[in-house]
Amino acid sequence: MVVHVIEFVRNVRLWFAPQQIRQEGSTPDYRFSLANERTFLAWLRTALALIGGGFAVDQFLPDLRWGWRVGLALALLAAGVLCSLRAVNHWVRCERAMRRGEDLPVSRFPAVLSIVVAVVAVAMVVVVLVGWEG
Amino acid sequence: MSPGAVTEPVRDPGLQPERTRLAWRRTTLSGTVAAVLAVKTALHGQVSVVGIVVCALCFGLWLGFLALAHRRIRVLAASAEPGALAPRHATATVLLTVALAVCGAALVL
Repeated sequence: MVVHVIEFVRNVRLWFAPQQIRQEGSTPDYRFSLANERTFLAWLRTALALIGGGFAVDQFLPDLRWGWRVGLALALLAAGVLCSLRAVNHWVRCERAMRRGEDLPVSRFPAVLSIVVAVVAVAMVVVVLVGWEG
Repeated sequence: MSPGAVTEPVRDPGLQPERTRLAWRRTTLSGTVAAVLAVKTALHGQVSVVGIVVCALCFGLWLGFLALAHRRIRVLAASAEPGALAPRHATATVLLTVALAVCGAALVL
């Protein structure tokens, strides 16, 4: 976990410094870069959907108790932030790996995110069933 | 193929630039949905000064998002083999998304 955070912080420099990536290795086939860009955009859409879900919980479940509603909304918003930050980080790592001719980075994030979404979905079901009575 | 067509750029049979352009379009659509929900939250109930400020902020973020997407789409359309996305461009897009979420957190609380 700590190792991940340290690497994440190190990568943050690269987000803002295009010339640093361009100096490394050789330029890959433009199609690979575009595919990487589309993956980045797909993750960004996932992040936007999570953020939209946060707004939707706040807006469309007004009968819920305040704590549950705000908790769920904030959890979804936080997941969206995490997802978008991870999207740009993963994009930078893939871009660098392609330039260096290394293997693409593997990641636990998709599995973690899907488990979190599943847990939130179950929580929503429980909240909707219980919250409406209470 | 006629001799005059030699100078024309070879079209990528995989339509990679077009697919990437459409991916940007889809992303702006998702951004629009999120921004509309944000504005609805901001103007829910009685209209307050904070609500109007956050609403204007969300609108600005959405415009910024559109501008970034538009810039990238123009680059993708201009050349048959467009260069890779600039990290600064990607970071700016992500920061706009994060700012929208922060607005959301401020509204929900």
